[in-house]
Amino acid sequence: MSTLAANAPGAAGGGLSDVAASEATLRRFLHGLPGVDQVGLESRAATLGTRSIKTTAKAFAIDLAISMIDLTTLEGADTVGKVRSLCAKGLSPDPGDRTAPQVAAICVYPDMVATAKQALGSSGIQVASVATAFPSGRAGMPVKLADTAEAVAAGADEIDMVIDRGAFLSGRYLEVFEEIRAVKEACERPDGSSAHLKVIFETGELQTYDNVRRASWLAMIAGADFIKTSTGKVAVNATPPVTLLMLEAVRDFRAATGTQVGVKPAGGIRTTKDAMKYLVMVNETLGDDWLSPHWFRFGASSLLNDLLMQRQKLSTGRYSGPDYVTVD
Amino acid sequence: MAKTKKTETEPTTAAEQPVRRSGLFEYAPAPESPAAAGEIATSYGHFIGGEFVDSLGSEALKTVNPATEQVLAEFAQGTEQDVDRAVQAARKAFADWSALPGSERAKFLFRIARIIQERSRELAVLESIDNGKPIRETRDVDLPLVAAHFFYYAGWADKLDFAGYGANPRPLGVAAQVIPWNFPLLMLAWKVAPALATGNTVVLKPAETTPLTALRFAEICRQAGLPKGVVNIVTGDGRTGAALTAHPGVDKVAFTGSTPVGRAIAKQLAGTRKKLSLELGGKAANIVFDDAPLDQAVEGIVNGIFLNQGHVCCAGSRLLVQESVQDELLDALKRRMGTLRVGDPLDKNTDIGAINSAEQLARITELTSAGEQEGAERWAPECELPGAGYWFRPTLFTGVSQAHRIAREEIFGPVLSVLTFRTPAEAVEKANNTPYGLSAGIWTEKGSRILWTANRLRAGVVWANTFNKFDPTSPFGGYKESGYGREGGRHGLEAYLDV
Repeated sequence: MSTLAANAPGAAGGGLSDVAASEATLRRFLHGLPGVDQVGLESRAATLGTRSIKTTAKAFAIDLAISMIDLTTLEGADTVGKVRSLCAKGLSPDPGDRTAPQVAAICVYPDMVATAKQALGSSGIQVASVATAFPSGRAGMPVKLADTAEAVAAGADEIDMVIDRGAFLSGRYLEVFEEIRAVKEACERPDGSSAHLKVIFETGELQTYDNVRRASWLAMIAGADFIKTSTGKVAVNATPPVTLLMLEAVRDFRAATGTQVGVKPAGGIRTTKDAMKYLVMVNETLGDDWLSPHWFRFGASSLLNDLLMQRQKLSTGRYSGPDYVTVD
Repeated sequence: MAKTKKTETEPTTAAEQPVRRSGLFEYAPAPESPAAAGEIATSYGHFIGGEFVDSLGSEALKTVNPATEQVLAEFAQGTEQDVDRAVQAARKAFADWSALPGSERAKFLFRIARIIQERSRELAVLESIDNGKPIRETRDVDLPLVAAHFFYYAGWADKLDFAGYGANPRPLGVAAQVIPWNFPLLMLAWKVAPALATGNTVVLKPAETTPLTALRFAEICRQAGLPKGVVNIVTGDGRTGAALTAHPGVDKVAFTGSTPVGRAIAKQLAGTRKKLSLELGGKAANIVFDDAPLDQAVEGIVNGIFLNQGHVCCAGSRLLVQESVQDELLDALKRRMGTLRVGDPLDKNTDIGAINSAEQLARITELTSAGEQEGAERWAPECELPGAGYWFRPTLFTGVSQAHRIAREEIFGPVLSVLTFRTPAEAVEKANNTPYGLSAGIWTEKGSRILWTANRLRAGVVWANTFNKFDPTSPFGGYKESGYGREGGRHGLEAYLDV
């Protein structure tokens, strides 16, 4: 990126911290990023969606997809019992076939973190907590930071924060930048380690692809470990074009700064076919370096059972039906 | 989730950090069944007066699958007598066909369009086998457009009074149509649909390396109950084409193909009463300004030159990139070219198929050698090519100047020549500095710049922030040595009307 070549010494944090010196420099930088052509982006995403993933490739991709799932429950009606059963599902997705991999993480509200942590024990499955007045983000900073700190204190390995879309859409980029910075600080634990920070843009509310590209760079410069599309709580959540755009952003960010950032599409990804399309996009945009749960996640709930049904179909040659996979 | 912070030795440009592909996620073969192409006969005659007939000559040609070099079928080398029979049949059918109300002609065209849709998988597979292009393209590009052209011109058949050519415009008579091998069925559709909608009858000669889908189309004409003689298909090489265009019973000639052949046809027809439309070669400039949407520009460049192995008259074969963004654009383009999948055209994941013929491969090879000798820098991604068949890696030449052959001559293969410019005026000057003038592309996020540039480009089709997009409603054709006349849209009717 020519816009970056001048100030990309390759330091951590992107070496781009100076672009956030003021509202004006940050705006200039974000608006200086190459534009996104809607028609071209959508047609590229659609073309990648026509890849035909069969047999061995499908088996590999199904297991990879399962291992990338942030198995999620974010309901007002969540209970300790519900979260425990979701954790059990994540630990052993297919009780009839122990070769099925574990999911990457269980994603819950902050007050359920302790429950999930206890249920998962030393399994290696991460506990991700949404925070910062999820999903709207409409609360004061002290509340958002307390929300984050509480989840971290309860043992959350990962924090999924939401940006203030109102501030972003009004062009108050520096405010969003500082918000992400502050939440990242709140992710620090007393022992000096940190919970990983995923930054949710709620792309359905940002409306334009140019906004998604700017939000991606803004979050990465501010120190996001992951950039995430959506909360799953609005009308339009993850879409292939938005995700493709974010994949291009992390690719260019690593090229400019040397720092690798992960991507998480969330909301509305329900079928194996959908998941395959996303993995193809990762494969052909970023290659092997991002094809792992360290760098790519699916925020999903019903996707897991569809993957398991397809997995059973591959191993037995027959569809078994929804009663042969467990509800959580 | 152990996040490793990269060290200070980390490379910082996209080129130094290629997309790593150690084959973690290798796509398994996803072959389309060759059997889906339906039965391919061992030998074919012509389609004249609604019947499949043997040639009056004894010479036969072979068509091969360019991906395997295996012979698919024999077909007849049309003689002057064959051509004469076909023209007579078309002449005989013309009286009734042209007298039909437009709404009746429309019914036949709609029926043909629907049958094409119903048989689209069969036609897509057959086209891929005969031509060498990937099934992904025949399935997603060629066949939908073929059906769309028939639907579109079916709609015009009863509305010719309102096409802007006065009341009750008359057809010309018998149209001789000679088409190329790069989009065999799509070029047939571009020719046959407007000719039939306007009340003409046709004699069509498909290219000698790709006759199979045209012969299958003949079956579809019978299936649709099209009156005998309205569509006639005579196969053969350039000799058959010359006999057809020279035939005195022909009222209209439409040719798509190379500029030298087009020039020969124009000479042949000079001084006769025949109406002529030509769609010939091109050397399109794809202009990328420094404020272009870069990721999409890269996709557009790839689609512009590698669609159909670059066997496209309007291919974006000259990339004109503004100097200030050339490095990052070329890095991104090379990275993208590294992901192109070259191989079996019937594999659903193949992006680039086979070169159509040994002759074409030789031409591409010769011109790329010339490019190297002239001092341009050649680059192609590492990729394994199949053993049998005709293949060519997607190739990029940088450091090209307007004086190089590879910037002036049509290569008609997956070869992109990259030139640079400093100002918009220079871009326009270089883009127009070609004997051709078929198409051009403009990439910029600034609307006024699109309009400024498009107004100055001397090309029949100018795409803005996209490339190689076709639609039956949009007229297509060239300036200068790219030919004259338009196909598609309302303008496409004029070539077949006595106006």
